[in-house]
Amino acid sequence: MSDLQLTELIERYLAGDLSNEEKERFEALRKENAAVDSRITEHARFTGLIKQYGERVELEKRLNAIHQEIDVDTLVQELTVHPTLIVRLWRNHHSKISVAASIAVFAILSTLYFTGRFNKTTASNYTALSRKIESVRRTAENAQRTNQALLNSLKPGHRVTNPGTTGGSGFALTQSGYIVTAFHVVNNADSLYVQNALGESYHAKLIYTEPTRDIAIIKIDDKEFTGLDKLPYNFKRTKLDVGEEVITLGFPRDDPYYAKGYISSATGLEGDTAAYQVSLPVYAGISGGPLLDTKGNVIGIISGKQTRTESAAFAVKSSYIFKAAQNVSTDSTQNVIALKPNKAAKSALAGLSRTQQIKKLESYVFMVKVYN
Amino acid sequence: MSKALNSSAPTDSEVVFGILNNSENILKRVYVAYFPMVLQLIINNNGTADDAKDVYQEAIIVLYNKVKSGNFELSSKLKTFLYSVCRKLWLKRLSQMSRYGGDVKDFQDHLPVEDEADLHSERDIQFTKMEGALKQLGEPCKTIIEDFYIHDLSMQEICERFGYTNADNAKTQKYKCLQRLKKLFFQQEQRDQ
Repeated sequence: MSDLQLTELIERYLAGDLSNEEKERFEALRKENAAVDSRITEHARFTGLIKQYGERVELEKRLNAIHQEIDVDTLVQELTVHPTLIVRLWRNHHSKISVAASIAVFAILSTLYFTGRFNKTTASNYTALSRKIESVRRTAENAQRTNQALLNSLKPGHRVTNPGTTGGSGFALTQSGYIVTAFHVVNNADSLYVQNALGESYHAKLIYTEPTRDIAIIKIDDKEFTGLDKLPYNFKRTKLDVGEEVITLGFPRDDPYYAKGYISSATGLEGDTAAYQVSLPVYAGISGGPLLDTKGNVIGIISGKQTRTESAAFAVKSSYIFKAAQNVSTDSTQNVIALKPNKAAKSALAGLSRTQQIKKLESYVFMVKVYN
Repeated sequence: MSKALNSSAPTDSEVVFGILNNSENILKRVYVAYFPMVLQLIINNNGTADDAKDVYQEAIIVLYNKVKSGNFELSSKLKTFLYSVCRKLWLKRLSQMSRYGGDVKDFQDHLPVEDEADLHSERDIQFTKMEGALKQLGEPCKTIIEDFYIHDLSMQEICERFGYTNADNAKTQKYKCLQRLKKLFFQQEQRDQ
């Protein structure tokens, strides 16, 4: 029997086309010959695969025909999720963006670190106006001062002292010797002295500090101190408008220094509502000095200046002096500071000429000398 | 539009009976009903509309074969089943194209469908080989084999179509064609291994 004949038999057998007699003979052959048996299985499997393949092709044709009827383009338009531009940019470039961002953060942090931004907040464009007195200058002045001391040695209450490590200005709150100044002037002080325009120097002690507002209150506790005359100025509780003329008096050096300017902004550095920005020529040492309006009302305390701009100073608003005075009075039974608001009576400075105003003011503004 | 299509979706048992009864209508309705869902999945995960068509048709074939073989149990919604199979198939393709970014953006619930997708691809390989072997076989062998083994034509009909003078000639021709097809098919199998 040829292979062709065998194949034909197998096909007829699988299709069930064999007569009973033929079928019996073929099944007997299949039993005794294993090769025939495996040929049958293999043939059935292979032709089955052809058949299945045909069915698959047929099914795919049907599905394609169905697919043709669907309006795919419209569906694509409808179903595409359109992320926002930012999301798409992020998806496409997020690795690059991440790298760039981390480099930027690193650069900023290292720049800040190296410029010392972390050590002192707002130091970059703010300078406190307390006076640093270098040792060189101190020795030079010592000589001069000794001379002066000799001249003034007859005056009561006068002491011969060196000018201190740092210094600033302050002004009287009450007749009894309470003086307000800037906190940064008296910060870290071991010992405090105040000196008036006549060169008289008194020992003082720290009563109260408010570092956030840069306010400190000290009190003269010297036996020689006999009290002040009635204060010529009042304290203004309300805010001043931008553009109003202001004056200040302070001690950037041993003699009082006067400056005139105007309120240039109702807020201080970086929008600080506790302070004014004032257009005034200022020097180190004037910190703690009074800021007055032209009618002789105290409206603030000079606290600092902008580094990059000339004559842009900052002053803490006078309403905080009221608060500080109130805090002192409530905190302690011994210290009572009653400020005279400007509504109580007309300031003694009102109506005077500028030179007379300054002359009167001089006796109530002090140089604050700090030893540490 | 997608809502309108969904509302005309046949029920799950309708689909099963429709496939068993070779209903062209049901096949069409189920195809149209769930295609947008799969299109949405693919085009929003780095695919094209053509990718969606391929993947979806594969999934429909998986469903079709499962129903035909009689071991399809409606353990979940048909919609979820189709979505899960498509999702699985697309993940596989994405990883093959190395366009896979970690996870796909999903629009539907899905189930793990490891088995179906794997079984399907094994059968797919066999079919791809058969397709290749038939292509290489050439005419008239290809048509003879297709007519006899796929379209179930009798030898007599084949004789008449090809103008063979007698059935024996046709039988010999068909035998030779089948031998060659086997050879081509198993050659491919060896080449792949």
